[in-house]
Amino acid sequence: MTDATDTQRADTQRAAAYAHVTAEVTGIPLHYPRPRAWWLCFLPACGLLAVFFTALGVLLWNGVGVWGLNIPVNWGFDIVNYIWFLGIGHAGTLISAMLLLLNVHWRNSLNRFAEAMTLFAVVCAGLYPLMHLGRPWLFYWVAPYPNSMTLWPQFKSPLTWDFFAVLTYLTVSALFWYIGIVPDLAATRDRARGRLAQVLYGLGALGWRGSAHHWARWGQAYRLTAAIAVPLVVSVHSEISLLLAAGPVPGWSSTVFPPYFVLGAAFSGFAVVSMIAVVLRGALGLQDLVRPLHLDMLGRLLLATGLMTAYGYAAEVFDTLYGGEKPELSLLADRLTGPFAWSYWGAVIANFAPLQLLWWRGVRRHPLALFLIGFSAMVGMWCERFMLLATSLHHSWVPSSWRPYTPSFWEVALFAGMLGVFLVPFLVFVRFLPVISAFEVKEALFEESEEKGGGHAGA
Amino acid sequence: MPERKVPLPPFGVMAEFDDAEHLVDAVKRARDAGFRRLDAYTPFPVADLTEALGIHDNRVPWLTLAGGIMGAAAGFGLQVWSNLDYPIPVGGRPLVALPATLLITFELTVLGAVLSAILGMLVLNRLPRLHHPVFGVPDFHLASTDKFFLVILGEDARFGEAARFLGDLAPVRVVDVPQTEGPE
Repeated sequence: MTDATDTQRADTQRAAAYAHVTAEVTGIPLHYPRPRAWWLCFLPACGLLAVFFTALGVLLWNGVGVWGLNIPVNWGFDIVNYIWFLGIGHAGTLISAMLLLLNVHWRNSLNRFAEAMTLFAVVCAGLYPLMHLGRPWLFYWVAPYPNSMTLWPQFKSPLTWDFFAVLTYLTVSALFWYIGIVPDLAATRDRARGRLAQVLYGLGALGWRGSAHHWARWGQAYRLTAAIAVPLVVSVHSEISLLLAAGPVPGWSSTVFPPYFVLGAAFSGFAVVSMIAVVLRGALGLQDLVRPLHLDMLGRLLLATGLMTAYGYAAEVFDTLYGGEKPELSLLADRLTGPFAWSYWGAVIANFAPLQLLWWRGVRRHPLALFLIGFSAMVGMWCERFMLLATSLHHSWVPSSWRPYTPSFWEVALFAGMLGVFLVPFLVFVRFLPVISAFEVKEALFEESEEKGGGHAGA
Repeated sequence: MPERKVPLPPFGVMAEFDDAEHLVDAVKRARDAGFRRLDAYTPFPVADLTEALGIHDNRVPWLTLAGGIMGAAAGFGLQVWSNLDYPIPVGGRPLVALPATLLITFELTVLGAVLSAILGMLVLNRLPRLHHPVFGVPDFHLASTDKFFLVILGEDARFGEAARFLGDLAPVRVVDVPQTEGPE
């Protein structure tokens, strides 16, 4: 009867594991382990947020003239950062949705904070086009609504597509993240001792009680949303590449643009997810949930998307050389050796040189190494977005339209402040919400034990 | 149980189990024994349970499809109509140019599908509903941690035998669940 006792012991262990996972995940918001370290991050983030509001105030008071933009370089930090932030956001959706559909269990330790990252990155991204409108309070002119002038938006313009794409993406990311967190909010509610916490988590949990009928419909909605979110990511970042590709500007008309943008987006996002994973597991003591295996998988994703992005670089150069158009060739030379050569070489080196270390398993599993490589890729992708916009615009078709571009103080200040717009809500999320999907980790534990045990108790 | 002026019919009787396999097994046996009005509560989705309870509700996927179709129609219709209502002729290009309309059509398809999937799920689940009789069961807070619960609802035709039947399934305990508000 050793079989039966073994089974029994396995059952007890599994039940203990369920309780442990729940306690560990919901324990973070209920009894935050390191409040001092959190404040040490939160206060500087609030400082950045103050910088944001100052820069925003200056911008609204004076208009976009406070930025270093002019004709022909009329897209600078605003659109660079818009593309960069939105790209970072895409990785959260891909990790969460694509790997859910593929039934990959290790996703469950990463998806929650990756989705939160998506949500806040999309908010940062969405603010940029609004601010660069010049008169942001008239932003609703982009939306189709019956007005006294009987005007409609120009639906053939990628700028109008952008409005729909970003709004849809923001809504879908927020809803997907929210219905994913509801069961864990219920778990936090059930373990909360204070009245205020019970009420607040209870409101957030919508009265979730884990009914099998509810789970069945929840699963359908969750998986369908995931299935729709994957092509949505592709459409959103392809659309952003069309903002550029639809413009008659040299360096923007390569057919590689949509996949090049989507992959670059995923690459920069996986870089940031890796950094967040390393920081959170260290800061919150989540080493048993975010294990070296997860870092390994993130490293692989980073390497794969990085190499695909590198292909985009090669394809872009090939396209220019093969096309042989003079302005394009001249632009290529300007990219490699001109005043913004730092951004081209910065992108190539920061994106792809440290990346090669990820071929080694030991490096992928080393938290600090992965963090640094992620950081490098994040910076490199920012350089790439800057390079794509600034070089093309300042070095247009004819030499008479070549003009230099220098970002102004307020442009840079706004970018620094935007990091606060990202960090403040993210830190609030880390402090007050379950950062890891406890119920999905438990589901994976259950399914793994079922696969091993072959459904012993159901016989 | 607190005394009431008008006694309410019981919500049901609840059995608590230590693991998901026992719960699935209990559900199967309860269905075999002729109980039909059942619900189960688990800390995570258990695929076998959906099958064991005989849940065949595909309204969420159908709602998603309907929402997607409506979104697509709205997106496409909006563009066609407004392009004709306020023509912007550019370089002799057609007013209704199909390729240019596809992106917004796609985005609104997605928006319609996701909104109706998630809102449909919440409405069909009758959520948000902050209070529910099962929350009154002392151990029920563990339903989101590591315990598994089966309820035979009071409206089941054979409810009279329910408590004894559940007791025979070797649960951790069996508890009556009183109705805490008017019947649904």
